[in-house]
Amino acid sequence: MSSTETQVGIPTGTWQADTVHSRIAFEVPYAVATFTGEVPDFEASLVDGALKGVARINSITVKEENLQAHLLSPEFFDAERHPEVTFVSSAIRRDGDEVEIDGELTMKGITRPATLTGTATGPTVDHFGATRLGLKLETVVDRTQFDMNWNMPLPNGEPALANEVTLTADLTLVGQEA
Amino acid sequence: MHVLAISGSLRKASNNTALLRALRGEAPEGVEVELWNGLKEIPPYDGDDDVVPGPPEVEEFRARVREADAVFFATPEYNSSIPGALKNALDWASRPLATNAFRNKPVAVISSSAGAFGGVWAGAELRKILGAMGARVAEAELAVGHAHDKLDDKGRVIDQEVLQGLREALDTLLAEVSPALAAA
Repeated sequence: MSSTETQVGIPTGTWQADTVHSRIAFEVPYAVATFTGEVPDFEASLVDGALKGVARINSITVKEENLQAHLLSPEFFDAERHPEVTFVSSAIRRDGDEVEIDGELTMKGITRPATLTGTATGPTVDHFGATRLGLKLETVVDRTQFDMNWNMPLPNGEPALANEVTLTADLTLVGQEA
Repeated sequence: MHVLAISGSLRKASNNTALLRALRGEAPEGVEVELWNGLKEIPPYDGDDDVVPGPPEVEEFRARVREADAVFFATPEYNSSIPGALKNALDWASRPLATNAFRNKPVAVISSSAGAFGGVWAGAELRKILGAMGARVAEAELAVGHAHDKLDDKGRVIDQEVLQGLREALDTLLAEVSPALAAA
């Protein structure tokens, strides 16, 4: 490894996401392009090796307000009755920079197993003296497994919106003083 | 519980309006089904007129939908889809999309026609439109074929299966209004 870090496991203790430097987002193939969005109102923590995250779906941000309204409606997230998306880990494996996290993802009140894969960076001490751990994670889910079945056929008969959605979490976790 | 019932047909002897009148009679205690008859008064949608407040007939319609706990539609089928007047009213009601009167509103759709298929395509089309508007579309699906045979000469529903279908559709809708009660 070229890094000077020596600690490569998942640290114990309590770590909270610095949400200014973190991002929860999604992307899904739509027609010939990719539709993307973010959920800026979220919290995430790593407590003694268990990762938990909650994203408040009413904050979902896309580039067009009518699409935002559609995503919040019962055809998609049903934010009125299911305002939160959550993830709770059951096992975290780290091998060098690579990390794999098993857990349960809950969307629209439906819980399914999910494995997040990606990279871990740190812990390392930043320029203000705080200890930071980076986790850059993604998983692909089938939205129809979460009762999000909307689609429209394109003129060629193909569905406009893919079922496979990539969820990404780019987290900066800050170690909390004991 | 207050259910607003909307017929997609304007004619006085409409089979769909007759079904909604029958629905009123089938409603359980504590559930009031009110027929809305303002469809013909809604002006054609024009983005230039789509200001705040909108045309009074449109504002009245939006208010009636907002006040209702749920909305129950019965639609005929015109050219494989819903009547233009009904689509027009929904286009008005859907504006602006993010805060429109139908947003999260529990709705149910039934259809009827003189033919064998009972307006099944119009029903599907109307569910699609309401879903796109953000309504909570109940999984009630009743398509009454040969509708004129199910009514007497005074427009009363005489077919027991149709009455049962109406009760079931209404129950499904009411369960969407209060899912906690339905699960209990």
